[in-house]
Amino acid sequence: MLEIQDLHASINGKEILKGIDLTIRDGEVHALMGQNGAGKSTLSNIIVGHPAYEVTQGSITFNGQNLLTMSPEERAHAGIFLSFQQPVEIPGVSMNNFMRAALNAKRKAQGLEPMPATEFLKLMRERRKIVELDNRLANRSVNEGFSGGEKKRNEIFQMAMLEPDFAILDETDSGLDVDALRTVAEGFNKLRNEKTSALVITHYQRLLDYLHPDIIHVLIGGKIVHTGGPEVATMIEEEGFDPFIRNV
Amino acid sequence: MNPEKQYIDLYEQCREMINGHSVAPLNALREKAYEDFKRMGFPTQRVERYKYTDVAAAFAPDYGLNLQHIEIPVNPYEVFRCDVPNLSTSLYFVVNDRFYNKHLPKAALPEGVRVMSLAEAAAENPRLIEKYYGRLAQTDKDGLNALNTMFCQDGLFIYVPENTVVERPIQIINILRADVDLMANRRMLIVVEKGAEAKLLFCDHAIDDRNFLATQVNEVYIGENAHLELYELEETHVKSHRFANTYVEQQRSSTSTIDSITLHNGVTRNRTDITLNGEYAETQVFGCVIADKQQHADNNTLIDHRVPNCQSTELYKYVLDGEAVGAFAGRVWVREGAQNTTSQETNANLVATNTARMYTQPMLEIYADDVKCSHGSTIGQLNEHALFYMRQRGIPEEEARMLLKFAFVGEVLDSIRMEPLRDRLHYLVEKRFRGELSKCEGCKLCK
Repeated sequence: MLEIQDLHASINGKEILKGIDLTIRDGEVHALMGQNGAGKSTLSNIIVGHPAYEVTQGSITFNGQNLLTMSPEERAHAGIFLSFQQPVEIPGVSMNNFMRAALNAKRKAQGLEPMPATEFLKLMRERRKIVELDNRLANRSVNEGFSGGEKKRNEIFQMAMLEPDFAILDETDSGLDVDALRTVAEGFNKLRNEKTSALVITHYQRLLDYLHPDIIHVLIGGKIVHTGGPEVATMIEEEGFDPFIRNV
Repeated sequence: MNPEKQYIDLYEQCREMINGHSVAPLNALREKAYEDFKRMGFPTQRVERYKYTDVAAAFAPDYGLNLQHIEIPVNPYEVFRCDVPNLSTSLYFVVNDRFYNKHLPKAALPEGVRVMSLAEAAAENPRLIEKYYGRLAQTDKDGLNALNTMFCQDGLFIYVPENTVVERPIQIINILRADVDLMANRRMLIVVEKGAEAKLLFCDHAIDDRNFLATQVNEVYIGENAHLELYELEETHVKSHRFANTYVEQQRSSTSTIDSITLHNGVTRNRTDITLNGEYAETQVFGCVIADKQQHADNNTLIDHRVPNCQSTELYKYVLDGEAVGAFAGRVWVREGAQNTTSQETNANLVATNTARMYTQPMLEIYADDVKCSHGSTIGQLNEHALFYMRQRGIPEEEARMLLKFAFVGEVLDSIRMEPLRDRLHYLVEKRFRGELSKCEGCKLCK
């Protein structure tokens, strides 16, 4: 379970988040909606420990652990995963080596031996199918030369490999066509269980139609100004963010 | 006292002894080399090609020279385990500056192929040695050539006669071994005749915890339609100084691959000059430097396109950590009339700390008007976005840095065509980046 209390954060001295309170329980999917620049990506970056952001006030705990004192890799080992808005290309590092390093680092943190090579390759094959990721892509360098859609599929594939307890999907729908969106969303749904929870950041209702979030938050000017059920997404789709801005 | 004086004095005092422990074709060039050295001295940093390395400083300390050729009691075949174990090679050793001619490998080389000491070769076929020795490495052009030629008493000779293909790679392990600080003047003469083919692997090691200074002059002749792959791997220690001048001359339709890898060193200065002397000749020059602490690695290259229709490709990559200093200066010279030249030169560098320094100077000089040439260089840091992406996936920061550095030099390692060597280098480079490789791996003498 993720619990954020009174979170203030800034980048380069500029305050972006101005007091966020957010609780996500096991098994819940929350959506976070808001205009560009509202602080959605800042929040996701802070949860995963991006070094460029500074938390000036407040706390984040995850399953009782104080996240803010943990390194990004420790947070990953604890079960936090971010599907990047812009996945990074890493020329020269093969998907295979990358995934193996990530998986075995997590296993090491759990006190497990590295996964045997044959078992690892079998797992890669299995999980690739979930998002219909082309075999050829798995043999290439991480994200290098992948199309926008392939990169997003690759994010969910990595999530399938690492089996996090909590995932953030940061605009995973951007750059996807309708079919790819369905594949990625269905892939994500297959990975869900009663324990996994997620925070889905999006501008559009389309993705939410597949993911059926339990709760939707509206973020404006670094604060959550409204929290509600699925009807919030419909309302934003029809009227935009104006009604919420007026309320602020 | 200027640093030249001790060498000039030593030569004047020991002239007879030096000649007495050497052979006629080597002695024939000695006096001129001495005159040239006396006149020029060590190249200073005001000389363009020596801008980045202080030669005189490296030669100033007092080193012992084994001019009497006292035998060093060591059987390298016993103390040295090959660092590239899955590579089936014909294995030879050069201990300090001498070819080790005992316990030679039993596997026969193809008929006419020679891997032997220069002195023995001069006794067997003096005309051959006279024809090639000292022709490319001129003593009046470079003070280090002069010094080497002045003191060099023996060396290594590799000869592949016309139309002979040596399938099995020939591996030479250069060992620096001494109980006192030592200077060794090594010499290597390689002749690959018309239509012949060979693959050579040189590994440089220093197996005693002493200050070493090795000068090395390599002359490589590649005949018409001949093919040579030459790999050089330096894996010495921080007290080693290496000054290597390599000269390659290629005839028509020949190809060469020259790969120089500095995995661990002290101070290294490699000069590599390649002359394309016959049309349709091709050369590929690769280099990789991994340096940290206060290591210093300077690669200085010249590719001389003398005739039309030749191709050259050059790629050097450096990864510098700690307070390491790297330098790369590569000149591609397309002479007048060398039409249809294709040339590509790239130097890319990763400087991982604020205290490491890299100097890079790619140069193109073109005197022909129908050519396709490019050159470029970059200096950068590790990609922070990639680093964070990897850490978010749970890869610890150190491991992520290592993977990124490894990926960076991968391009050079993948250019190695000998597969077992390539695999082994992947392993060694990974160990190097993990900080587990502080000196040579293979020898039992290293504690």
